[in-house]
This record gives sequence, structure tokens and C-alpha cells, in this order.
Amino acid sequence: MQKLMIFCAAFFVFTMAASAQSGQKFFTRDGKVKFDATAASSPERIDALSNSATCVLDAANGNFQWAVLIKGFQFEKSLMQEHFNENYLESGKYPKATFVGKITNLNEVTLSKNGTYNAIVSGQMTIHGVTKDITTNGAITVNGSNVKVNAGFNLNLADYSISIPALVSDKIAKEAKVLVDATLVPKQ
Amino acid sequence: MKKIYLLAFVLMTTGLFLPQALFAQDEDLLSLLGDEESTDYTTATFKTNRVVNGHSIENTGKGVLDTKFSHRFSPLRQGLYDMFGLDGAFIRIGADYGVTDRFMVGFGRSSYEKTIDGFAKYKILRQCSGAKNIPVTLAYLVDAQVNGLKFADQERDNKFSDRLYFTHQLLVGRKFNSRLSLQLMPTLLHRNLTNSPEDKNDVYCMGIAGRVKLTKRVTLNAEYYYVPEGQIEDPYVNSLSIGFDIETGGHVFQLHFTNSAYMTYKGFLTETTEDWFYKNDNGNLLSGIRFGFNISRVFTIVKPKVMQ
Repeated sequence: MQKLMIFCAAFFVFTMAASAQSGQKFFTRDGKVKFDATAASSPERIDALSNSATCVLDAANGNFQWAVLIKGFQFEKSLMQEHFNENYLESGKYPKATFVGKITNLNEVTLSKNGTYNAIVSGQMTIHGVTKDITTNGAITVNGSNVKVNAGFNLNLADYSISIPALVSDKIAKEAKVLVDATLVPKQ
Repeated sequence: MKKIYLLAFVLMTTGLFLPQALFAQDEDLLSLLGDEESTDYTTATFKTNRVVNGHSIENTGKGVLDTKFSHRFSPLRQGLYDMFGLDGAFIRIGADYGVTDRFMVGFGRSSYEKTIDGFAKYKILRQCSGAKNIPVTLAYLVDAQVNGLKFADQERDNKFSDRLYFTHQLLVGRKFNSRLSLQLMPTLLHRNLTNSPEDKNDVYCMGIAGRVKLTKRVTLNAEYYYVPEGQIEDPYVNSLSIGFDIETGGHVFQLHFTNSAYMTYKGFLTETTEDWFYKNDNGNLLSGIRFGFNISRVFTIVKPKVMQ
């Protein structure tokens, strides 16, 4: 009888530990997200950078999530930053942009082995209160215990109900180029 | 014995399924990091650092030069002959600069009394929520102006200090929501030289101002300064202004109706001569409403480091 109990307890601990192992997660709080929405004819640059994007990657299933505060985007011109928050992204109403998705080719990305891998990431982007499906390629570089993530993609502003008044349509591009750069560390 | 088998069974199945139950909740991975609460500072309480004549709690951003071109015209009542007042104008041209995000300075030159004015404004408290919680923005403004006219009485022992006027102002403002902002401005004006003993050197007054956001780019502003009686000579009245801020990229156009012809503190606080509507000595209803505008154009002089 005691043997049975010990077996059961060992089984319980083992399965728990195994699940915890495969549930390794990587994260960062200071990912960089940069966007550039400068139209070809614009005399001034319309771009901004956030150094405080949050990201979590679940090695077990490739689940991949991002959040970035709209107010955290820094512009060269403070008035442009105010207008970005007040008039375009309405950060009072929609404080965050988020991405919830996963790495769809996880079998080709070995997070336990050093190297650079091409990752295909697919999921739902929510900006300005509008959620859209998006798929993009990115590079994942594993270096020791760190996972570096780089990606670039374009977002159509109209898709996210970000309207550009005619007056500034020669300055603001219809599509914003977004660059993502983050180094994730294992979560204890 | 049965009980023990049951216990073993329960333990095993929990062992099998509990981890999945725990880790299947990857719907919100980000919440695993916990909410690192940050302080959210309120922005854009007003569109620019002036309401109409007086200051708002806004500051010019760090490294930003804000040039100001302002006009106040003659009263509208003069009609088409005077193009509703446009033929006569007082002008102020000035520039403001943000030294830090909380400290700004500025100066200007007005055609009225050939005045040069300079000011410094510091944000003592900034409205914020989150990790830190402050319900209002509190700013302190000190303003000095120099009357550049030749002295009327050349025989008198005239000193430079006789030309000086100083204003101290506290601005307490709150953005209640994205549409409504209000502020109170207790003000002390000191005039070194006045016209008569009835005209006090120190004038205490209270201002109230607010804005309602009509669209993303247009706000309706109002500003009123109340000067309690017994401090200034009789014919002077309180200043009331109502206007629109129209923001277009790098410019803010402030178009307003006001009964004050002057754009400096000493001028509009103590030398506003006509009410919006009043009866003259003959009993005729007159209006002292004037049209005016401020145009603000910003230039980024020093770029923030983060963009390099």
C-alpha cells in the first residue's frame, strides 16, 4: 500500500516538473518598437520610438504576446507626440497596442540551441481599439539563455481607424513601417 | 482500502491534469509579468500655453521654441466703416522657450505702451494617475513688464523703476476628462507707479478659465478675471474672453472675442475699459467686444536624446 502511495506521489511530482520544464517562458519589459509613417513628400520626419514594450514568449507552444503603451512613444517633436496621443491614437481611450499570437513554425525554431532562426509569427494585432489578423516573418537569435527577436512589418493606418486629415496627408504615409527589437530573458 | 485506492486515483489524475490546467491559461501571458504600475502624466490639458490673454497650465516642451503673433482689434461695433474693428490693432510679438518640460521662459513686445514683457513659469505639480496620484497641475508664473513710453511729466523725478509692473500668478488646473479642463488663477499684480491714490500699487484678483474640446482639433476656451472693487480707478472693468483654439499640425490658431485690448497682465487686468455690453451716459446700449487672435508656431530647437 505504501509503495502505491509513493508511486502516485512520484508520478504527481514528475508530471508537474515535466510540465513546468516545457513551460519555460522568456520575457522582456524593455523591448524597442519603432515606427515610421513619413510620407515620401513630407518635409519632416514622422517617427517615434518606445523603449518599454513588454513581451512574453512561451517556449512550450510558441505563444507570443506583446504590449506597448501608446504614451511611451517618444517623438522628436513634442507637439507631434501630443497630437499622436490626442488626435490619432487617442491614448486616453486606447492606452495600449497589443499583439496576441504564436510562432507557427516552432518546429524550425530551437530555443534551446544557439543560432538564428526564421520565425513566422501569426496572430491578432490590436491598435486604436481595432483588432486585425497579421502574419509576419522575423528573426529569432538564440544566444545562451537569451532570445533576441527582430521583425519588421507594415501596418495600414486606415485598417486601425486612424484617420489622416487632408491637410497633413502629404506628410503622413498611409502605411507605417514598424520595427521590433527585443532581447528576451528566461522567466524564473 | 477502497478509500486509499480512491485517493491514489485522485492524486494520479490530478498529477496528470493539474499542470495542463495551470499552463493552458496562456491566453494572457503578459499578466504573468504582473502589472508594473507606472505613473501616467496628464497631457494636453489645453492646446497651448495661453488660454486667451493669460497663461494656461501648459508649458512649452523641452527644447521647443514657440513664437507668438497676437492682435487685438478695435471694437466690432464700429461696423463696416472700420471693417468691424480690423483697422485698428494692438500687436504683441513674442517667443517662448521650454528649458525643461517643467520650466519655461518667454518674452514679448507689445505696441500698447511700447511694452516689453518677460516671464518664467514652473510646474510645481503635474496631474497624474497610476503609481503616483495628483489630482491637479499647479504652476507658478512670474511676469515683469516695462513700459517703454516717454514719461508724461518730464519735470518729475522719473526713475526706471517707475516703468515696471510685476505679476505673480498661481495656476491650478485639472483636466477632468478628454473634453473638459478648468483652471483657477489667483493673481497679484504690483504696479510701481499708478495714476492716483485710488489706483492701488498691489492689485489682487482671481481668474477662472476653461476649455471644452469640440472636435479633435478645435476647442472652445473662456477666460475671466475678477478684480475685487476698490483697487483700481473706476472706469476699468473685468476682462472676459471667449475663443476657439484651432490646431493644424505645427500651428495653433487662437481666434477670440474679448473686451480687453491689451495682451499683457497689467493691461488686461487693470486697464480694460469697456464691458461686453454696457449703457453709455446717453443710455445707448454699446458693446465693447473686440476680435483678436494669437498664432502660435513651434520649432524644435533641441531634439530629445532618445531619437538619436
